[in-house]
Amino acid sequence: MTERVATTPGLFPLPDAAKQQLSDLKGHQKGDLISGTEGGEIAAAYEEYRGEVIDQQQSTGLDRIVEGQLRWDDMLAHPLTTHENVSAKGIVRYYDNNNFYRDPVVEGDLTFSGDVANELTAATELLGDDALQATLPGPYSLMDLATDDYYGDEGDFFEAVSEFLGDEVEAFPDHETLFLLEPSLVENAPNEDLQEQLAEAVDTVASKTDADVVVHTYFGALDEKTYAHLMDADVEALGFDLVAGDRQDTLSNITEFGTKDAAALGIADGQNTLVESAETLEERVEWFEDQIPVQEFDRLYLSTNTEPFYLPVNKHREKLAAIAAAANIDEEEVTA
Amino acid sequence: MSRPADNREQFRPEDHPNDHFLLTTVVGSYPKPKWLNRADELVGDEDSKFDEEDLKEAHDDAARVITHEHERCGLDTVVDGEVRRNEMVEFFADRIDGYEFNGPVKVWGHNYFDKPSVSAEVSYDEPWLVDEFEFTDNVASKPVKVPITGPYTLGNWAFNEAYETEEELVYDLADLVNIEVERLVEAGAKYIQIDEPALATTPDDHAIVGEALERIVSGIPEDVRIGLHVCYGDYSRIYPELNDYPVDEVDLELCNGGYEQIDVFTDPEFVPDLALGVVDVHTAEVESVEEIKENILQGLKVVPPEKLTISPDCGVKLLPREVAYGKMENLVKATREIEAELDAGEIDLDEPVPLAD
Repeated sequence: MTERVATTPGLFPLPDAAKQQLSDLKGHQKGDLISGTEGGEIAAAYEEYRGEVIDQQQSTGLDRIVEGQLRWDDMLAHPLTTHENVSAKGIVRYYDNNNFYRDPVVEGDLTFSGDVANELTAATELLGDDALQATLPGPYSLMDLATDDYYGDEGDFFEAVSEFLGDEVEAFPDHETLFLLEPSLVENAPNEDLQEQLAEAVDTVASKTDADVVVHTYFGALDEKTYAHLMDADVEALGFDLVAGDRQDTLSNITEFGTKDAAALGIADGQNTLVESAETLEERVEWFEDQIPVQEFDRLYLSTNTEPFYLPVNKHREKLAAIAAAANIDEEEVTA
Repeated sequence: MSRPADNREQFRPEDHPNDHFLLTTVVGSYPKPKWLNRADELVGDEDSKFDEEDLKEAHDDAARVITHEHERCGLDTVVDGEVRRNEMVEFFADRIDGYEFNGPVKVWGHNYFDKPSVSAEVSYDEPWLVDEFEFTDNVASKPVKVPITGPYTLGNWAFNEAYETEEELVYDLADLVNIEVERLVEAGAKYIQIDEPALATTPDDHAIVGEALERIVSGIPEDVRIGLHVCYGDYSRIYPELNDYPVDEVDLELCNGGYEQIDVFTDPEFVPDLALGVVDVHTAEVESVEEIKENILQGLKVVPPEKLTISPDCGVKLLPREVAYGKMENLVKATREIEAELDAGEIDLDEPVPLAD
């Protein structure tokens, strides 16, 4: 039977008290955002709120716990905007949203950073026996969000970004799952050359961990060719957005090219405050399973479709609870 | 179809010094006096005796001060600086039934926005701006312009829980804006500006904005001047479509981009009046009169003088107050000098901007 895992892509909204406190401590301007060298009161505040979001996930009953990525001021661009050979420049639009991040301009070698590993190590100390899920941008999205002023060739830059991410993963503490978030594969699909490189780039990152790796995509469906190339990557699961865009396109990709033995399903809308009931979420999972009759999945990861930082805190909590409940509905029915 | 746009003469001051008349105006927001921000905070402080009544008085005082500040700059039409409004969506969402607030969400870094949710069908509850207009109109000696956040922005910058599509929500909101414009007109308003900054980020929806505008102007007399303000985007994606909008005037931010996009509007012919942004609201240096005059000439590439309105790029609320004042003052001086040069026949309207050698 299929195991259902309640989880989240990470990148939580900051608790409201944290929004106020950290903006007072750091300031509102571009130069005031996280550089990776913060200490003192700022670091202490992040530590406190990291504990809060971990507690919250544990009490909600999620099967994987994320660090929360509260420090990621530049959202998925964070691993680069905190890098010593990258300058965080002008404010640019974050996908098709009314959100903005600092454009990371790569000006030197993407050497090992350890920034994300440090966060995860700190999270591990708070976790107890629960399973940690690490989150990173996938190599294509991180490259797509950045500006290259150093490598020159697009293919070389892609390779450098994937090697950088691989080295970061190697330094991670023990984790059960690694989510690689790849919205750019939907929003700004790779050209033919980069499609050829895609599976290898993902493998460069995924091969550095023993954990289950999920490449999660959102903001709609992948185009056929991108999907076909992504299927060549050696990962446990691909993730699909069942909320935004045309779900039929996702289904036809799966019908045409197959999918992995496990899948991640973005079933709750990470960009709308309307809270779906556990029953509605459960129906979305069942709908997906019914459409793929030839395959019984070993495992389905259930989460919001997108990172949830778009949401106000109260609605995000309710959505996490509904996801956890949806993952359990099936188990209750089976044991009954 | 554009509205007739022959309603600008009513704003010509009696003592206007030139034959030509380039209407000067502002987009709306102005730096709030610091004491007003303190007053806003005080009213939420339980230990303070400062109450809602005191805050209303403070808002009245600030509106009076900023309206007069606009008049001292010499502007032909004035606004109260939107000093009573906290934010351009929140202010209206707070007054429309169907919206609710759940808490702040991130825009970028540590900049947040209390993005509301539309949790039920929207409906008209209390008047939004009639009191504000009546107060300002009372203290002003110049005609008052009323900026209103447009239905597309009110819909697009909210979470939509209640409507099947955003388009349906936008049209319902447009009907509410129409009610408000009718009330403002009853109260004597002659110059209304619909602000649609969201259009620039989602230009594919230009037809939705067009249909929303049709609903807004339905039944509004033609002597009421209706403007549309759009800022920060790729205008080639909404032009020439905006020529079909039923408005008298389209106000565009163009100075910030160094008029790089001005040629977008030269072909086909620009149909509504053009309200041209001639000072940059994102630089804290006051442009010189000479520099602003050159900017005004850019507008004459697009429309003749009788269709040109002069305005800042956008609301100036983020500037230091003295800089905002300096920009408005120079904007008016430059406009009056251009008018005099037009009167004297010193400007070649076939080629207003001299070509580089």
